[in-house]
Amino acid sequence: MSASNSILHVNQLDAWFGNFHALKNISVDVKDHDVMALIGPSGCGKSTFIRCLNRLHEEIEGAKVSGDVFLEGQNIYGPGKDPVVIRRRIGMVFQKPNPFPGLSIYDNVAIGLKLGGMRDRHQVEEHVHQALCGAALWDEVKDKLKRPGASLSGGQQQRLCIARALAVQPPVLLMDEPTSALDPISTGRIEELIQQLKATITVIIVTHNMQQAARIANRTAYFLLGEMVEVGQTQQIFEAPVDTRTRDYVTGQFG
Amino acid sequence: MDFAYRRRKFVNLVSLAGIFGLAVLAAVPFFVVSVFVLDKGLGAISWDFFTQLPKGPGEEGGGMANAIVGSAIMVGLAAVLSIPWGLAAGIFMSEYGDSRTARCLRFTTDLLASTPSIVVGIFVYGLIVVYTGFSAWAGAAALTVIMLPIVARTSEEMLKLVPDHVREAGLALGLPRWKVIVRLVLPAAKSGVITGLMLALARVAGETAPLLFTALGNNYHSESLNQPTASLPVQVYNYAMSPFEEMQQQAWAGALVLVLFVVVINLSTRLLLRSKQGWSS
Repeated sequence: MSASNSILHVNQLDAWFGNFHALKNISVDVKDHDVMALIGPSGCGKSTFIRCLNRLHEEIEGAKVSGDVFLEGQNIYGPGKDPVVIRRRIGMVFQKPNPFPGLSIYDNVAIGLKLGGMRDRHQVEEHVHQALCGAALWDEVKDKLKRPGASLSGGQQQRLCIARALAVQPPVLLMDEPTSALDPISTGRIEELIQQLKATITVIIVTHNMQQAARIANRTAYFLLGEMVEVGQTQQIFEAPVDTRTRDYVTGQFG
Repeated sequence: MDFAYRRRKFVNLVSLAGIFGLAVLAAVPFFVVSVFVLDKGLGAISWDFFTQLPKGPGEEGGGMANAIVGSAIMVGLAAVLSIPWGLAAGIFMSEYGDSRTARCLRFTTDLLASTPSIVVGIFVYGLIVVYTGFSAWAGAAALTVIMLPIVARTSEEMLKLVPDHVREAGLALGLPRWKVIVRLVLPAAKSGVITGLMLALARVAGETAPLLFTALGNNYHSESLNQPTASLPVQVYNYAMSPFEEMQQQAWAGALVLVLFVVVINLSTRLLLRSKQGWSS
C-alpha cells in the first residue's frame, strides 16, 4: 500500500468535470512533514487535484472522481467513508482570503471547534490561542479578537484562514495559491509561516510562482494538461528535470 | 472634430437628463398617493379610531379597533405559518438548486406568486370555508398562501448572494452541510432575508381580495379564531362603498393606517439592518 512514513498516498486518481477529463491517472506519495509544491500552467489540474484530497471536488455539480487516496493509511474514497470526517483531518486554505462574513476574529477560528462539538469554553480558547499563534497572527489580533474577521488586512485575513484551518489540528494542510491575492510582504510572511508549519504538519501547496515553490517546498510536482508529468526533490525538478516538458516549463520556454 | 465633441457632450447631457427625469417620475406615484391619503385620512384619525368599535351607519365617531386587531391576528398567524415553511423552501432552492426537484419547485413557486389573490381566496373558500365557515383561520390560510412564495423566493435570492467560498470554507473545515447552511450561510444572508420577510409581511397586510370570503369581516371583536374576523383592508373596502360620509371618512383613515404601516415596516427594517451589513469582497 503506502511507504511507511508517507502520510498521503494517491493511487491512480482520475477526476472529471462532466465530460472533461481533468485529472489523468495521478499516483504520488507525500511524506509526513513534507512541503510539496504543485506547479504548472493554469487549468492543468493542480487545484482539482488538491480538491480531490479533501473530497471537495465532488461538491461541484457534475464532478466525478475515481481512484484511491490513502490518508494516514485509510482510503478516503473507501466504501462508507464520510467526507465530513475526512475533512476534519485535512485542512484547506483558499486562493482568496475568505473569513466567514459576520463572524469575529475569534469566532472565525473557534467555529470549526464549536460546530465540531467542542463544548468546554476554556478548551476552545486554548485551541484558538494555539491556532492564532501557529498562524503567526496572535500578536496582531490579541487585543481585538471581537472585531470582525473582515476588518483585517488581506494578508492578515489569509493568516486568519490558516488559523481557522489549524484550529481543528489536521495533520495535513492543503493550500490553493494562498498568496496569489497578496502583496509581497504578506506573501513573505506566509512563506515563513509555511516553513514553521512543516515542523508539525504536512503542507501541499498549489502555486503559480516557481520561485515560491523553490523557496518553500522540499518536493515539487509538475502538472500539465491533467497529468502529473514529474515529481521529485524541488532542487532536482528545477535544476535537473528528467522530462523535457518539465524542463521547458521551469526554464521558461513553455508556450 | 470640435463639432463631434460638442455633439457627443450634448447627446450625453440629454440622455442623462432623460434618465434622471424618468427616475424621479417613478417616485411620483407613491408621493401622490401618500399626500392624497394623508390629506383625506388625517382628519378622521383619532385615538378613538384605534380603540373604538365601529358605530352604526350615520352615527358620529367610532373606530376600527376590531379591524386592526383582526388584521394583526391574521397577518401574525400567516407569518408564523409561512415563514418557517417558505424559508425552508428558499434554503432548498438556493442550496440544492440545480436538482430537477428544485427547478420544478422554483417554477411552481413563481406560478403561485403570480396567481391572482382573488383566486387564492376562492381556493381557500372551497377548501376550508365551505366546511367550517368564515374564520380568522381561513383568512390566515389565504394570506399564508400569498406570503409563502414571496418568502421562499426572496430568501432564495438572498441566500444565493452569499458567495460560494463561504460554503466551501465551511465544508473544508469538516462541517456537515446543514451546519454550513444554518450557521454560516444563513447568518451571512440575514439582513437580506429579514428585509424580504418584512416586505412580505407588509404586502399581505394590505391584501383585500383573499380575505373577502375567508375572514369575511365582523363589526365587533371576534371571540375566537373560528369566527368571522374583521380586517383593515376589507373594512376599508366596505366603508369606502358606503353612502354615509362618516363611514367614507373612516375608510380614508383606514387607508392611511395601511400606508403608514407599510412605510413604518420598510423604514424600521432599514434602520435595524443599517449597521449590520455585509461581508468583505
